Amino acid sequence: MKQVLIEKDSYYDSVFLMLINREVKKIEGVIDAVVSMGTEMNITLLRDMGLADKELDGVTPNDLIVAIEGKSEEIVASAVKAAKELMDKKSGSDEGEGYKPASLEGAIKVVPDANLAIISLPGEFASREVRKALNSGLHVMLFSDNVSVESEIELKNLAKEKGLLMMGPDCGTAIINGKPLCFANVVRPGDIGVVGASGTGLQEITCAVEKFGGGITQGIGTGGRDLKNIQIGGTMMLMGIEALKNDDATKVIVVVSKPPAAVVAEKVIDALSKTGKPSVIHFIGLEPREQKGNLYFAGNLEEAAGMAVALSKGETYKKRTYSIGRDIIDAIIGQETKGMSPNQKYIRGLYTGGTLADEALIMFDREIGRIYSNNQSKEEFIPADPNKSIEHTIVDLGDDVYTVGRPHPMIDPSTREDRIKIEVEDEEMAVMLLDIVLGYGSHEDPAGAILDSIREAKEVFAKRGGYLSIITSITGTEGDFQSIDATKSKLESIGCIVMPSNFQASTLALEIMRKVEK
Amino acid sequence: MDVKNINKLFKEDLSAVNLGLESFADNLKNEGVKAIQVQWKPPAGGNKEIAGLLDKLDIIRTKIDIAGANKKAAEIINNGKPTVIDISTAGKVVPGMRKKLILHAGPPVTWDRMSGPTRGAVIGGLVYEGLAETYEDAEKLAASGEIDFEPCHDHKMVGPMAGIVTYSMPVWVLVNKAYGNNSYATLNEGLGKVLRYGAYGDEVIEKLKWMESDLAPILKKALALHGELDMKNIIAQILQMGDEGHNRNRAGTSILIRELAPYLVMLDEPKEKIAKVLQFMNANDHFFLNLSMPSAKCIIDAAAGIEGSSICTTMARNGTDFAIRMSCTGSQWFIAPAPMVDGLYLPGYTEDDAAPDIGDSTITETIGIGGFAMAAAPAIVKFVGGTPKDAINVTTKMYEITETENKIFQIPALDFRGTPTGIDILKIIETGILPAVNTGIAHKKPGIGMVGAGLVKPPEKCFLDAFKAFVEKYS
Repeated sequence: MKQVLIEKDSYYDSVFLMLINREVKKIEGVIDAVVSMGTEMNITLLRDMGLADKELDGVTPNDLIVAIEGKSEEIVASAVKAAKELMDKKSGSDEGEGYKPASLEGAIKVVPDANLAIISLPGEFASREVRKALNSGLHVMLFSDNVSVESEIELKNLAKEKGLLMMGPDCGTAIINGKPLCFANVVRPGDIGVVGASGTGLQEITCAVEKFGGGITQGIGTGGRDLKNIQIGGTMMLMGIEALKNDDATKVIVVVSKPPAAVVAEKVIDALSKTGKPSVIHFIGLEPREQKGNLYFAGNLEEAAGMAVALSKGETYKKRTYSIGRDIIDAIIGQETKGMSPNQKYIRGLYTGGTLADEALIMFDREIGRIYSNNQSKEEFIPADPNKSIEHTIVDLGDDVYTVGRPHPMIDPSTREDRIKIEVEDEEMAVMLLDIVLGYGSHEDPAGAILDSIREAKEVFAKRGGYLSIITSITGTEGDFQSIDATKSKLESIGCIVMPSNFQASTLALEIMRKVEK
Repeated sequence: MDVKNINKLFKEDLSAVNLGLESFADNLKNEGVKAIQVQWKPPAGGNKEIAGLLDKLDIIRTKIDIAGANKKAAEIINNGKPTVIDISTAGKVVPGMRKKLILHAGPPVTWDRMSGPTRGAVIGGLVYEGLAETYEDAEKLAASGEIDFEPCHDHKMVGPMAGIVTYSMPVWVLVNKAYGNNSYATLNEGLGKVLRYGAYGDEVIEKLKWMESDLAPILKKALALHGELDMKNIIAQILQMGDEGHNRNRAGTSILIRELAPYLVMLDEPKEKIAKVLQFMNANDHFFLNLSMPSAKCIIDAAAGIEGSSICTTMARNGTDFAIRMSCTGSQWFIAPAPMVDGLYLPGYTEDDAAPDIGDSTITETIGIGGFAMAAAPAIVKFVGGTPKDAINVTTKMYEITETENKIFQIPALDFRGTPTGIDILKIIETGILPAVNTGIAHKKPGIGMVGAGLVKPPEKCFLDAFKAFVEKYS
C-alpha cells in the first residue's frame, strides 16, 4: 500500500525534512518513507525505489513530496497525517509572530541593524546569498558545504575587500561576542581569542579553556580549506588574527587548524608573531615546534587550551598527559583489560566530530600504525566499504559518505547507533572509542541516544566471554543545555570510562591497546 | 589589512539574519540574541537555467549600474505629479485615435483570440460608434478585418476590464506635471450591465450615449470651474481612508464628489441633469477607478525606457493574455496566458462562470497602490481570503520586490510607511515573490458583468521572460 502526496510551493529545509523522515519511518508498519523536496535527485531516487512514478511528473524543487509505503491503508494514512503534523509544528510556531521575510534583502529591511548572516542553505544556492550579505555589509557564517574552491576564493576576496568576516564554507562552529553560533558551546567570557579552521577543534579547545578556568573573547571559524588551499591562503585566518590583535579584550590568541599548506602555515606563524600577543598554535598532525618569542606550539587540542589559560593567567604551562593520577590510570587499564578474551585485539573509534576523529587517528597511526579510516591520508588504509571496519579502524561519521540523505550524526545519533550495531558483530573489537559533543546544534541527549546500543554491545561481549572496553570523552561545558553532569553519569552508569578530553581518552585507549597487544 | 569592521562587530550586539536551518536562529534567540529567520526558497523554483542566468546577472551588475538605473526609475515614479486637467473625447485628444480603431485592455490581441467580455464590448462599441446597425452586423464587422484593434497602452490610455475605447467616447485628460506626459481614460460606466464587462444591449448603449451627451459635458464644465485636480494628493488621502485605488475606490469617489459638487451646482444646467450626474457618481463606488488608473499610467510612463532599469512599467491583461513591460526594453511585451482569479463570488456565481484575468487596472500596482497597498484597505480583505493581518503581510511582502517606498502614498496601519513602489523584475526572480494583484472577476460570457473579486497570481512566465531578455540585453 503506497501513497504519494505532493504539496506545491512548499519549501522546507532538507535537514528539517530528514528529521521528519526519520520520525515517519519509525512508525510501526511503515515499510518505507520519503519526505523530501522534488529535486531531480530525489525524484530519481523515488522512481528507483518504486515508491512513486507518474505522480512525480511536473514536480519542481519547490514542491514537497511525501511518499509512504506501509503494511495497510490505515498505517499509510496515519503516517501521512503524522508527517503533516510534524511539518505544521514548524509553521505553528509562527503564529502570533509578525512578517517573515522571504529574502535576505527583505530581512535587512525588517532589521536594519543586522550585522551577521548565518547561511546553511544547500551549497549550490549559498554563494549568491553570501555575496549579497557581504555586499550589504553583513559578516557571514557559511555553514553550508558543497561550495566550490573558486567560490570560496571569490567570496573571501570580497570579504577581505570589505573587511568583513566570511567564516566558512563548511564552518560549523563560532563564538562571536560570547554567543555560540551553530554548533558551539556556552563558554565563559574571558581574554582568550581563538581562530579555528576546524569546527570540533574549536569546540574542544573552547570547552577545555573553560575547564581550565579561562574564558573566551571570540571563537572565529574559517572553514576547513582556509589554510589547506594555497590559493585561499589563510585569508580568513589572517583576518581573524588581525582582528584579535586589534581587540583590546583579547590577551592571548589561539590558532587551530588541520594540517595546513606549508607556505600558509608560515604566513600564519609570521602574522601571529607580529601581534605581539602570546599566541598558541596547534596544527593537528604536525610536530609542535619549540617556543619562540610570543609563539607557543601545542601538541594536542587540550594542550592548546591549557597553554592559553596558563598564558592568560601569567603562569607557566606544565606539560602532562593525564589530569588524573597515574595510579588511577593504571587501575583503569587493569580493570578494562582483564576480562577481554584473547581474540579481542582491535580499536574501533566511532566519531561524530571530524577533528576529534583526526586527533585520535593521527595518534594511533603514529604509535601503532595501520589504522583504517575514511579520514586517512594514506589511500591504502581507506576502507573500500565505508560501513565495514578493518582491523584498527577510526571513522569520522560526519563525513559525506555517511550523511547522504541523513543529518550529521551530531544532530541525528542514529547513524552512530547503526554503526555500533555493526561493530558488535565483530568479536575482534577490544576498545570502542567515542566522542560525545554537547552544545547548541547537537542532539538534545547524544549520550542517552546511544546508551541502549552501547549497553547491549557490552552485554554481547560479556555473553561471548569477553569484555568490551568503551572509552569516551565529552566536549561540553556547564552552560550547555544538555547537562554535562547528567551525560557523564549516564555513560558511567553502564561502565563507560569518561575521560576529561579527547586527547586523554585517545591516549588511554592507546595504552589499553598496547597492553592488549602484549 | 583593514579589519575595522570586524573589530566594530566585536563591540556591537549581534543581530543575525538566518537562512537555512531554523534551529540556528532559535538557539541564538535562546541566548538573547536578535535573530530573524528568512523563509528562503530556491530562486525561480530551483530552475537550473534561471540559476545560471542569475550568476550572469551578478557579472552584469559589475559592468552596468542596475541599482542606479532602478533608483532613477523609482525617483521618477516618486516625483510623478498626475493632474486631471480636462474632459474631452478620445477622437480629439488620444494620439493615433481614428474612427475605425478600437482600443482594448492588455497586450495586442486579434478578434479570433479575444475573450468573451472583450468581444462583447467590441460589439457594443461598434454599435455605439454607429459603425454597425445591429449587434450581428457589428460581430461580422469586427471579424472582417476592417476594424483595427490596438492596446490602450500604446495610446497613453488604460481601460478597466475589457477596456474598450472608441472614437467618440469621452475621456479624462491628465498630465504628469513633473514630466509633461499625458494620459487618458474613459469615464467609469458604473455597475451592472456595462460595456467594460462585455455587455452590449440597448440599455448599455443608451447609457454610453448619456455619458457622452450629459455626464461628460457637465463634469467638464464643473472641472473647468474647479480647476485642475491634483491626483497625487487625492490618492494620498484615499489610502488613509481605507481605499487602495484598485479594488476599493469608495473614498476616492466620495472625495471627487466633494471636490466637484460646489461647482456642479453653480452650472447653468437643469437641476435634474446635475442631480443625475451626482447620483450616477454616488451609485458607483468605482467611479474613481478611471482616475486612479490614468494617474498611475501617467506616473509610470515617465519611467519607461531607462537603460539598465529592470523596473516593471506595465502589467496588463485582456482576458486572453497577461503581459508586462520592463523599463529598459520599452514597449516590448512579455506575454503569458491570463490566469484565473482566486476569489469570492457574488451570490449565484461560481468559478465556472469566471473569465480569465482581464483589464489594465493592474497599472495601479506598478506605482505601489492597489494590491501593494492592501494594508490600507482592511475593508476588502475578505475578498483576498483573510484578516487585516493578512493584508498587512501582503503589503509587507511587496517591499521585498520593490525598489523604494513612496514618499507621498502612506499606510496608517504600517505607521505611515510609504507604499512599496517600483516593482523590480530582478527581485521577483531572486525572491520568487510575485506581485500581489487584487482584481474584479468578469463573467466569461459577454454582457453579464462582474461575478466576483479576488487575488490573482500573475503568471511567472512573463517575469521570467523579461528577466531573460534583461540578461541577454546586457550580457
